[in-house]
Amino acid sequence: MLILQTLALGPAHGHTIAHVIGLRSEDVLQVEHGSLYPALHRLEDRSWIASFWGTSENNRKARYYRLTQAGRRQLGVETSRWERVVRAVNQVLRPAEE
Amino acid sequence: MSWRRFLRRDWWDRERANEIESYLEIETAGNIARGMTAAEAASAARRKFGNPSLIREEIYRMNTVFWLESLLQDVRYGARLLLANPGFALVAILSLALGIGANTAIFQLLDAVRLRSLPLRNPQELAEVKIVGGNGGMGVNGPYGELTRPIWEELHRSHPGFSGVFAWSKDQAVVGEGSDFQLANAIIVSGDFFRVLGVSPWRGRLTGPDDEHACPETTAVVSEAYWQSKLGGRPINAGTKLLINGELKQIVGVTPPSFFGLVVGERFDIALPFCRPQQQLSRNLFDVTVMGRLQPGWSLQRASARLAAISPGIMAATETTGYDPGTIKRYRNFLLGALPASSGVSHLRDAYDSSLRLLLGITGLVLLIACANLANLMLARAGTREREIAVRLALGAGRIRLLRQLLVESCLLAAIGAALGFGLAELLSRVLISSLSTENNLVTLPVAADARVLLFTACVAVFTCIVFGVVPALCASGADPVTAMKAGGRSTAAGRERFSFQRAIVVMQVSISLVLLVGALLFVRSFYNLMTVDSGLRKDGITVAYIGFQKSNVPREHLEEFKRELLEDVRSVPGILDAATTTMVPLLGGSWSHRITVGPLVGDSKFTWVSPDYFQTMGVPLLAGRAFNQKDTGTSQRVAIVNQTFVRQFLKGTNPLGRTMRTHAEPNYPSTVYEIVGVIPDTKYDCLRCDTPPMAFAPALQFPAPVPWTEIIIHSNEPSAVVIDSIKHRIAAKHPEIIAEFRVFGTQIRDELVPERLMAMLSGFFGVLAALLGMVGLYGVISYTVARRRSEIGIRVALGANRGQVVAMVMREAGVLLVIGVAIGTMLSLAAGRGANSLLFELKSYDPLTLAAAAGLLFVIGALAGFLPARRASKLDPMDALRCE
Repeated sequence: MLILQTLALGPAHGHTIAHVIGLRSEDVLQVEHGSLYPALHRLEDRSWIASFWGTSENNRKARYYRLTQAGRRQLGVETSRWERVVRAVNQVLRPAEE
Repeated sequence: MSWRRFLRRDWWDRERANEIESYLEIETAGNIARGMTAAEAASAARRKFGNPSLIREEIYRMNTVFWLESLLQDVRYGARLLLANPGFALVAILSLALGIGANTAIFQLLDAVRLRSLPLRNPQELAEVKIVGGNGGMGVNGPYGELTRPIWEELHRSHPGFSGVFAWSKDQAVVGEGSDFQLANAIIVSGDFFRVLGVSPWRGRLTGPDDEHACPETTAVVSEAYWQSKLGGRPINAGTKLLINGELKQIVGVTPPSFFGLVVGERFDIALPFCRPQQQLSRNLFDVTVMGRLQPGWSLQRASARLAAISPGIMAATETTGYDPGTIKRYRNFLLGALPASSGVSHLRDAYDSSLRLLLGITGLVLLIACANLANLMLARAGTREREIAVRLALGAGRIRLLRQLLVESCLLAAIGAALGFGLAELLSRVLISSLSTENNLVTLPVAADARVLLFTACVAVFTCIVFGVVPALCASGADPVTAMKAGGRSTAAGRERFSFQRAIVVMQVSISLVLLVGALLFVRSFYNLMTVDSGLRKDGITVAYIGFQKSNVPREHLEEFKRELLEDVRSVPGILDAATTTMVPLLGGSWSHRITVGPLVGDSKFTWVSPDYFQTMGVPLLAGRAFNQKDTGTSQRVAIVNQTFVRQFLKGTNPLGRTMRTHAEPNYPSTVYEIVGVIPDTKYDCLRCDTPPMAFAPALQFPAPVPWTEIIIHSNEPSAVVIDSIKHRIAAKHPEIIAEFRVFGTQIRDELVPERLMAMLSGFFGVLAALLGMVGLYGVISYTVARRRSEIGIRVALGANRGQVVAMVMREAGVLLVIGVAIGTMLSLAAGRGANSLLFELKSYDPLTLAAAAGLLFVIGALAGFLPARRASKLDPMDALRCE
């Protein structure tokens, strides 16, 4: 979901995605950047993202990923599911505030 | 899982590797920009990324199917092992290919003769209408003839339970004219034949009900093969005509290549429509086969019940006259029934069914012996690979995984063997079929590698794989790593267990070899008996002429006179010693009998009408009384010469001369009283293996139903080709319209023995093969013993045992295995032999001489197989052997 959200902003390559997730979550979600790749592979296999070889900002060959239509739909599904979960958890934690 | 992903997993792996590379480059470049040194930058990038190989493996695993991947690994490993040991692989694959190929070939033949359905639409709907239990030899019977034309006409009108019915009969057609005619396989078909069968025209049109009109028929259809070979594949048009049976017929169409008729093993050339003759249809000529398609929802039982219900009516309507009351009563009681006809009809079934089944059993046993050899080899190999397996077990390989790997190896062998065997089978079955064909009887069987044959081969391959693969694999993977490692190259406790298993295999091999060897000897001896049996008839120098003079337009009352003149013409050809006409040539199939009364006894006797010199021509002596002579004419007293069986059966051995017999009335053959004037010894009648029936001969001039054709038996010292040529010329000069066909008697008799010859050849071949394979197994095991007992033998020799003692010791071991094997084999042969009794001639399956010969033969080769390793053992240098320890 995080990867899909990142790609929703525009095509990016693996290095960028890893950094963007790291920065956006204010380094809370620190993962080994390598473990990103199996996840990318899986997403691509499900045709939620597509990839192409391109040139990076500093003129290096890099594999770029972009969101497909299916991926965009999936992002919607996942986001709403996540929001439902968050709402539910919040309600359990702070029932009085409602 | 997706196959595309699986098949492209290597490509993805490279892609991802590149991608990881590019991440590392970007990160390193970033790090350098932040002021790190190149080395620091690279290692920091790696740290941040994690382990690239692990990531790659994770992705690779995602793409693959684990069991399939490891199976592929096993196959690759197995193939490498086989390549590393090409001798073993070659022997294993070749013996399997031979075994599987032989099995498949025999099965293919059995499938083609027996199992396969006709290549027609919904063949399972086809049923044949027959008289339940047959017609009991009444009237005249044509090939595959079951019913008469009048019965067919009745069935055509009512056809209960059938959506469509048709009738056909088989005949030979004479194509062309005079001396350069050719014989063609013809079928005579009713109007609905092609429509009900669902055969559509390949060219032109096929005959239909409109072609069935008053005789003679004017149209014909040819098969695709005949059209190609005889008509050159030319387009069918109004000008396409053939001279068939002396009349020009319009060829209206061609049947598709897949349609060969309804007789499995033969291909029809020409199909002629039924025609209605001027005179009444014969009511005692059983020459048509009636078939039909069952109505939807009708079973054979239901159709049979309906047919049985209407049978009395049909029989009453088609009743024939001129028979004695008993026969007429029998005829009225005939019941019709429906039988399955989806696989057509074939005389090959009666001739070869039991032989083919037996051969399938034999080839199965040969394959089993070959498998046993392989199992032994695998066991021996497992012994040498004990260390490898122990190491792998110790390193943590699962036993199941190991078992699978060993099985994959044997299955790889089986698969390659089966593939080769499948190809070999095509070749073998073709050779077999061509060996079934004789000069005058061309067997054409479409052997196609259909799904059933493929399935059979696959089953056989899986079976062999299990037989020779499982036990060795179980043994090997069951090894205890610690013991195996400790023992090093030497034998272990587990080895002894395996070794007794090896002995058991050899005992089984020996016993099965004995069974097959006994079978082989039995069939070869039976064939020899048939070849040398005294038929009581002259075989050498006899030529048979079949002469048709329908075109000579001889009036009926002069037919016998015309025949006599023809015979005189033939006899006057130089080089001809004797010649005689007959109504039935012995030993070439066919039969002609009449019901007779002799005193108080009633029974059947064979009847043959011959010209006076018949017995002299066939070399049959007269035991008592006189031969026929020129005074026995159509107007004199009816006389007969009978054989000894006749005298025994009807006259209880009393003096037959002067006694009389009366034939029962049949259409065209009124009841007649014959006086017995002579006796001949028993000679074979219709086949070599059959017992001699009671036989009677009568003078040709007294033949009550003259026909415009005859069979002449010619005895000459000249080569048959010369005789045939000069007779042809002699006849053609005087009567160019006569059609004459010739056969060499001796060749024909040999051709009648093709099934027996095939059985003798194949069982002989497989018997020898089995014995050899069995002995290879024995040799292998004894050699293995010698190798294992190397050090023991070394000590014995060092302690003073001489060569003879060592040889005796090893031979004793081989002898024990042989004796046990032969003992078991003898019992098996006796049990299995009962099934073969019906195929043997003047021989019983428990023939002690054969058993003894087979056992003796096995002992001799067995002794040889044991002696070679024994000699090697005796030559062992004790120092060498002991130093090896």
